[in-house]
Amino acid sequence: MTTLADHYWAGCAAGELRYRACTACGARQTFPRAFCPACGSEAVEWRRAAGTGTVHAAAIVTRAPSDAFRPLVPYAILLVDLDEGIRMMAHGAPGLTIGQRVAVTFHLHDGRHLPRFVPL
Amino acid sequence: MAHIVGAGDTGFGRHEGRSTIDLMTAAAAAALADAGLGRGDIDGLVCGYSTTHPHLMLATVFAEHFGIDPVYAHAVQAGGATGCAMTMLAARLVDAGQCRRILVVGAENRATGQSRDSSVQTLAQVGHPDFEVPYGATIPAYYALLASRYMHVHGVTEADLAEFAVLMRRHAAACPGAHQTAPITVADVLASKPIAAPLKLLDCCPISDGGVALVVAAEGEGAHIAGMGQAHRHQHITHAADLTETGAALAAERALDEAWAGMDDIDYLAIYDSFTITLTMLLEEIGFAPRGGAAAMARDGAFGPGGALPLNTHGGLLAFGHCGVGGGMAHIAEAYRQLAGKAGARQLPGRTTAFVHGDGGVMSSHVSLVLRAD
Ligand SMILES: [Zn+2]
Repeated sequence: MTTLADHYWAGCAAGELRYRACTACGARQTFPRAFCPACGSEAVEWRRAAGTGTVHAAAIVTRAPSDAFRPLVPYAILLVDLDEGIRMMAHGAPGLTIGQRVAVTFHLHDGRHLPRFVPL
Repeated sequence: MAHIVGAGDTGFGRHEGRSTIDLMTAAAAAALADAGLGRGDIDGLVCGYSTTHPHLMLATVFAEHFGIDPVYAHAVQAGGATGCAMTMLAARLVDAGQCRRILVVGAENRATGQSRDSSVQTLAQVGHPDFEVPYGATIPAYYALLASRYMHVHGVTEADLAEFAVLMRRHAAACPGAHQTAPITVADVLASKPIAAPLKLLDCCPISDGGVALVVAAEGEGAHIAGMGQAHRHQHITHAADLTETGAALAAERALDEAWAGMDDIDYLAIYDSFTITLTMLLEEIGFAPRGGAAAMARDGAFGPGGALPLNTHGGLLAFGHCGVGGGMAHIAEAYRQLAGKAGARQLPGRTTAFVHGDGGVMSSHVSLVLRAD
């Protein structure tokens, strides 16, 4: 079975950021669901984000949680506000600051094409 | 009205060879002794969870082991807010007439019962498994994101955050059983190794072994639980609507309203402090300090033993230590001891009303309590 998360990560592998939006009330989802948490409608569809946004918060991890991430340290974890009005977690290029305009790229790590934002 | 009539703890640090159940037992026995009660006096049990001893029925396991026969028992899970949530539940059960005397217990061998990597990975699971954890996020990273935003919006500096690590160490030095008691300076905090910038090692609480227990009863002397409130506005930081209005103030308002208390009535603070940013944000969002102003109050001594709002006089999670559920319960135990005149050499004169706050997840789950001296 293909889950919504699988579909999201397949999008990343294809070089696109996907998100879910409700065709009944227009609400856009931070995390994809089969229904709309704002109005309860099941008329929810996938859309493609432009891939641009603004840095909302930024952390630099130097203490990795596992062997898989130790080669990456130090790495930046961001919260990015996409221009579509959705917030997402992602990796970031070094030195990005809050409020900076950014665009998505993808890098393959541990089997996933992780979104990584760079200066626009 | 529900009262806290006893508190006990194991001391925090490294308890080599002692299991979750061993530490729960020691804390519970100490709380019963403090309350002057025996096992047969207890008719209710509320316990927390343990990452080193995951079990579907931890309360029943403990009841069997410890030797009690409660008419009501189960575990509670609300991350770092669990201690406050357990105490709130116990008070509601007493107020409802379900139980007369409830043992509230939280303990874990979090330091010695697993590897550090294992602990870090388990705790990171409060993040989203598909959309947060795959980025190599950790609990310090989630709080570093919060810190970066909060510092940006409210002009808080790393040196401001460091004040609270220094303060908690100073308090822990005066508290028997504290995990980390060596004095530190703001410069030490700033020079400590980076973990998840802007947070450094000394901005983070240690991982400890330990346990704490309370007895909540329908009658008795100590402190009564006058007000309780909760708020749960998100689980994941990515989903939080506003990183500076997390729900802490809502929970506090609900608890203060139930107690018919205002902020001005509070003369002791017991605030969750997993990281220096946690303490700063909670003090400022709830309103005990102005936005961006908590560190200045700390420098002026407001949160010390001689200040208007003594804060975590046991040393908090940052220095007394963090063993999971017991870590958040230590704040309640200390507030009770200060109100009941049982704080020994740390005893503050004339405390009447304590405000207690626990935060679980990433400012996800908030529980506030207002305690009054009997
Ligand atoms: Zn909708």
